[in-house]
Amino acid sequence: MSEQATPNHAIPYATIGTSCQSFPDNDPFLSSAVTPDQAGIILYLGYPHRNDDSKQAILVELHTECLGELTGEHLGEEGSNVLGFARYRNGADDPSPLIELVKQKNSKPEAIAAAIALFESAGLQVAVCNDHLGRIIDRLVRPKYNAALRFLDEGRATQKDLDLTCKLGLGYPDGPIERVVRGGLVHHYNVTTALFEGTGASGYAPARRAIVAAKRERN
Amino acid sequence: MSHSITTIGVCGGGGTMGAGIAIVAARAGFKTISYDRSPDSLASARKQTSQFFDKSVERGKMKPELRDEALARLTITSDISELAACDLVIEAVFEELGVKHALLKQLDEVCPDHTIYASNTSTLSITEIASGSTRPHNVVGMHFCLPAQLMKLVEMSAGILTSPETFKTAWALTEQLGQIPVETRDDPGFILNALLVPFNNDAIRAVEAGVADAGDIDKAIKVGLGYKMGPLELIDLIGLDTQIRLCEAFYGITLDPRASAPPLLRRMVAAGLTGRKSGRGFFNYGSNAMFGA
Repeated sequence: MSEQATPNHAIPYATIGTSCQSFPDNDPFLSSAVTPDQAGIILYLGYPHRNDDSKQAILVELHTECLGELTGEHLGEEGSNVLGFARYRNGADDPSPLIELVKQKNSKPEAIAAAIALFESAGLQVAVCNDHLGRIIDRLVRPKYNAALRFLDEGRATQKDLDLTCKLGLGYPDGPIERVVRGGLVHHYNVTTALFEGTGASGYAPARRAIVAAKRERN
Repeated sequence: MSHSITTIGVCGGGGTMGAGIAIVAARAGFKTISYDRSPDSLASARKQTSQFFDKSVERGKMKPELRDEALARLTITSDISELAACDLVIEAVFEELGVKHALLKQLDEVCPDHTIYASNTSTLSITEIASGSTRPHNVVGMHFCLPAQLMKLVEMSAGILTSPETFKTAWALTEQLGQIPVETRDDPGFILNALLVPFNNDAIRAVEAGVADAGDIDKAIKVGLGYKMGPLELIDLIGLDTQIRLCEAFYGITLDPRASAPPLLRRMVAAGLTGRKSGRGFFNYGSNAMFGA
């Protein structure tokens, strides 16, 4: 797990709900939270948010959904002080230091700035993105994991050689197969299913091994 | 029958990849003949090789006498008949089937029957390359990564007609060179490019679709996944024009939509934004400003 500081931030923040996804129980981020009435920023963790224009920012934790599903959309002119965020996590792995911060066209710049400052003060790093399915990382890596799983099925190479190639040839800390399996094939199935349903792009169609894992879990 | 390998030829030795492979071979103790049609390129590569070894000595990675021995083992030539002495020839010439076939035809006339032809191709089929030789059983894929003198990985592929003996000998040689071989089937892009080229295209499409700007995309990938380099920074390094060539090679064979060149990539190349080499691609290397800024 990454080194993470307790936030030292001028704007007090509150958390509503709990989330194993972004902030596990012992996460230092949670210990500095204040009560909602004292807070300038409210984070909703796995809990339906309430609009509150008096707050600098309302941050809603996202999973595979778009922010627009929670805020509503207005013909491309949506946006307020409500932002989405997701601390990137490869399924069962510990959370990474990355926060994907999701904005809409008319999101308030001061809400974005406050959110970035808050997360950075907690030792996290923020990448800002618009409200697209899969945000940045899942949008980019899930098709690659699908391809690697397909290569394994087709006998292009062994798992060991597939992973070793990516580590030695590209400097990745781990190979795609070991990573997707460690994170959980069922997790991969859930993420790619959402992406495939939302985009129709063939690269997101869940890999056979992920389908098998999901079916076995159901049975 | 297996022949022990004592002399290695490198075709395209005046290029970046060829020069790197020649360094690997000479450093590992093999008599190495570096061939290129351009004497100027060869002379330049020889000078860079000498500088590389000097740096290795300065950094304590190589003893001076070993540098001198390695350089003595490495000869350069623009006369292809000198490759007659080679037990194995690694070609790193231009990635075009016709160019490789023309080279193999010449090698068939020059080299003894036992000579193994190894192709450093990253995109072409080993079987198709081998069809340009009268000895397809002697042809094997040995794809080094750039810079070859530093990167240990070699993707090794057998074509349909490659003999098991050829593959086994080439594999053993790769290990003798101090490299790490991985075995992959003769499929488009082998492992590395088959995963990388569509992934890089997806990153370009994310910029194109307005998912995030280039800096945020690369930051997310580096911080979230622990990659040393973001995909857009990597494309700038590879060259956007090279990325188009890779796309054309793969998409033509696979018809995988992820392998097709994104329109933004073509527009940027048309605008002269080819990456680091032009000073600007997804990032501006003059002022460090983001693409589009």
